[in-house]
Amino acid sequence: MPEQPCGSNGVQMSRIYLDNASSMPVDFRVFEFAKPYLMASHGNPSSLHSVGLEAKQAVEESRRKIAEFIHAENENTIIFTGSATEANNLAVKGTALRNIIQGKAIIASAIEHMSVINPMKEMQKNGFSFTSLSVDSTGVVDLKKLENILTKNTVLTSIMYANNEIGTIEPISEISKIVHEKGKYLHVDAVAAAGRIPIDVQKDGIDLLTLSSNDLYGPQGAGALYVKPGVKIQSVLLGGGQERGLRSGTENVFSIVGMGEAARIAQQEMKQESSRLLPIRDKLIKEILKIDQSYLTGHPSQRLPHHASFRFSYIEGESILLNMDMYDIQVSTGSACSSKTLEPSHVLLAIGLKHEEAHGSMVITLGRSTSMNDVELVSKATNETVQRLRKLSPMSQEWRK
Amino acid sequence: MANVGYSKKVMEHFMNPRNVGVIENPDGYGKVGNPVCGDVMEIYIKVKDDKITDIKFRTFGCGSAIATSSMVTELAKGKHVDEAVKITRADVANELDGLPAQKMHCSNLAADALHEAIKDYKNRKQKK
Repeated sequence: MPEQPCGSNGVQMSRIYLDNASSMPVDFRVFEFAKPYLMASHGNPSSLHSVGLEAKQAVEESRRKIAEFIHAENENTIIFTGSATEANNLAVKGTALRNIIQGKAIIASAIEHMSVINPMKEMQKNGFSFTSLSVDSTGVVDLKKLENILTKNTVLTSIMYANNEIGTIEPISEISKIVHEKGKYLHVDAVAAAGRIPIDVQKDGIDLLTLSSNDLYGPQGAGALYVKPGVKIQSVLLGGGQERGLRSGTENVFSIVGMGEAARIAQQEMKQESSRLLPIRDKLIKEILKIDQSYLTGHPSQRLPHHASFRFSYIEGESILLNMDMYDIQVSTGSACSSKTLEPSHVLLAIGLKHEEAHGSMVITLGRSTSMNDVELVSKATNETVQRLRKLSPMSQEWRK
Repeated sequence: MANVGYSKKVMEHFMNPRNVGVIENPDGYGKVGNPVCGDVMEIYIKVKDDKITDIKFRTFGCGSAIATSSMVTELAKGKHVDEAVKITRADVANELDGLPAQKMHCSNLAADALHEAIKDYKNRKQKK
């Protein structure tokens, strides 16, 4: 095995990369495992000759690993897609359209990813009624309201396992019970949660579940949708009939093979890694909250072990991001100024923040390269960043008056 | 290092903004804000014989909001108010070697803040 380039995941050593929710490096072991499928074993899994068969077997092995990772009934429940966005679109449109005779009501929480919310909004044009389910100030969905808005016409309810911007973990088992009392299917976007906390689709009572390769240290370009046996769903991408006819298009064999191996490693190392990150995360939160008028966003305890998110009064998030980058520390923000739409994050608005409060957000997501030694540097850089930007801000004095 | 589509010059002004702060008893004060993006800028000027002798700013906003504020103070400093009032948003963006398209309207208010400050100066002068 060749030497790793530098750092434990090929990441530059001086860099402190804390934006793992946006993109993760590919695990070196994953890359080594999947590499042959870019060149030597380049077959199309649909080809019947030996080269094609080799690729097909690799895809099927990956399918088994993913099924084991989420404790699915069998490997046939796993549909590979090109991304988690595609898997979410398939889950929403595929089940809504396939079950249209049973009802035309769909529900999503207000903090879902746009790849769930936007397909749901589009289904409104096809005559569906879409209800957005509110969350409390910590980001937990309102279970009472869920009970009230569910009807026998509700064919799909989509609630994420955990939120990528505020780290809050949703009570999925409870949600499942409520959904199945009146409604039909529960879809769970597990992109942020998978690999951080254990997921068991059978125990949790999940009908459809979305996964992303890159969020498991796998290559970009692969996602998966778990479809419980018996769930009625139709394709939204038609063609040669790959993936049980549910997702046509030649498989991205390299990424799919990598995703399976990434899931296997994540499953093996999750417990150890999460308990390694938890004290680092908690120390970071403790240190950063020492800054005057800084606040944790999301749930204080019911949150992903690698996730810390904040807001700071009187300053703006894109400036925070750029300033932190000068220390070679990469973070994320839900500020309007950093988004393509120039609207603040819908997640931060949903937990009740005002526009100017949502502006000053900073999201930190730890990864395998994060160590306890980083805490001091990161909290110092954060403090200096906040102080510098506040000195520039006309808001600080005005609001303090 | 940071790469959100900002020029080196924007980043340089963001990291080392010129003329930050407040002028006590200014001859002119301008404040503008954009409710959509949320940026707020204020500019203070000190004027002698219709010439801008000192200028300070404070800004709540993104990287380009801070950089454009800094740049506009550089452009206006030492200029006659009738010259300074001709400084446009486009001038500021050009001097910074351009801004990303989506930032052109919402975070390029610095020239407006300067114009407000000059307007305020002229109003005060008339009242004298």
